[in-house]
Amino acid sequence: MSLTVDSVTKKFGRFPALNGASFIAPQGGFVSLLGPSGSGKTTLLRILGGLEFADSGSVRFADLNWLDMPARTRNAGFVFQQYALFKHMTVADNIAFGLRVRPRNTRPSKAAITSRVKELLDLVQLPGLEARYPSQLSGGQRQRVAVARALAIEPRMLLLDEPFGALDAKVRKELRADLRRIHDHTGVTTVFVTHDQEEAFAVADLVAVMKDGRIEQYGAPADVRRNPRTAFVSEFLSA
Amino acid sequence: MNAKFRKPTEDPIWLKALLGTLAIGFIAVLLLLPLVLVFKEALAHGLSAFWAAMVEPDSLAAVRLSLTAAAIAVPLNTVFGIAAAWSIAKFDFRGKTFLVTLIDLPFSVSPVVSGLIYVLVFGAQGWFGPRLADHNIHILFALPGIVLATIFVTFPFVARELIPLMVDQGRDEEEAAATLGASGFQTFLRVTLPNIKWGLLYGVLLCNARALGEFGAVSVVSGHIRGVTNTMPLHVELLYNNYDYVGAFAVAALLAMLGLVTLALKSLLEWRYADELAAVHRH
Repeated sequence: MSLTVDSVTKKFGRFPALNGASFIAPQGGFVSLLGPSGSGKTTLLRILGGLEFADSGSVRFADLNWLDMPARTRNAGFVFQQYALFKHMTVADNIAFGLRVRPRNTRPSKAAITSRVKELLDLVQLPGLEARYPSQLSGGQRQRVAVARALAIEPRMLLLDEPFGALDAKVRKELRADLRRIHDHTGVTTVFVTHDQEEAFAVADLVAVMKDGRIEQYGAPADVRRNPRTAFVSEFLSA
Repeated sequence: MNAKFRKPTEDPIWLKALLGTLAIGFIAVLLLLPLVLVFKEALAHGLSAFWAAMVEPDSLAAVRLSLTAAAIAVPLNTVFGIAAAWSIAKFDFRGKTFLVTLIDLPFSVSPVVSGLIYVLVFGAQGWFGPRLADHNIHILFALPGIVLATIFVTFPFVARELIPLMVDQGRDEEEAAATLGASGFQTFLRVTLPNIKWGLLYGVLLCNARALGEFGAVSVVSGHIRGVTNTMPLHVELLYNNYDYVGAFAVAALLAMLGLVTLALKSLLEWRYADELAAVHRH
């Protein structure tokens, strides 16, 4: 029942974005993909979400052949750096979207959706903002809504692509603490992309340091920090 | 002290006055005056003469034909335009720039040339002409030819309006919808369409205005059969060449009215659309 990423490769034209990335994360784990820009971390995350397709390699998750499934059936909540909220919908409609597009026989009732939206807004600490539009929210609030929207579908996996990259330092700290709390509350397997090592070490159980489309080192934050295995990792962590 | 300093973008008063007069004068003489004259000529012999010219059977047939051609061409070009803009804005594929160039083709080719192309393809001496004639299918000098020519000439309007808008909006929202379990059709209906609706309406209006007013391409394929294959613009020319000035200007006035209605709707939309675009860009 774990997430097994095995030798995944991906090229964009002639540029190799992933050169055989592999790692294993336990079910319910919290993994950070950490690395400089161009190291392939976002590409790997988008492959996990079904938004990009691997050239070779395999991903198994909960005994499913993950890469054979289209994005819409993976049930993997995705949080984007630029929020990607539906601008023309209210906060409540944004969060309810994933429930409303379900086929009739698995779609919750209107009342159930309303109470689920309320519950999620409480979880991300934005109670009462149902009727607002995204343009009426601050950056931090928008990203909280995006997290609630991704959680609404009761995802098998939560994928976050530099979710706090566009926010100021204080809001980042609050949000990452909340993200950790939400993870511990829901127990959903989480993969989190960042180029900020402090953020990666503060929030994750496991850190994968990436360089040139490969994973340079993978392990618990304390181990990676204590024993950097390559010159690149020690340099990156001391920067 | 302050009076000495001018904003760097502020021009002297005489220059503003000169440019303003020039622009307003130009518009008045070249655009407004002819429009007024069209209505004046149409009403030169009184309202009843104007009305008689309008309800004359051949004129009514021309109005009906123009509206029919637009009613077929505009919805088809709306669908084609959305499909083209969607594939260009949301997908990467080989030959994308070529496709964009191709969409602009009707703008750069003279309408008469595009009409002639249809004659070459469907005409009696054309590629498909003899075979179609064997099956008693008439494309040229009939409604299908007029519709085809109209579609060709008005193709770019919807696509051109939507492409920059959809490219600017990116794919994030569609990707988010997919990860939340929406099908392609649900994503289009619930996410993409609401985001482009004002731009789409604007493109459809422009497309409609041009479809009603198209002269060159339709002129080549229509055959000018009075009361049968004459559209409004062709009918205006025919009446005018027959020295029926009241008739010509009456139909022209109606055509101008349709144009003015489109213009009014367009301004209304621009005003709405600007509002909404501003909301989108506030992000």
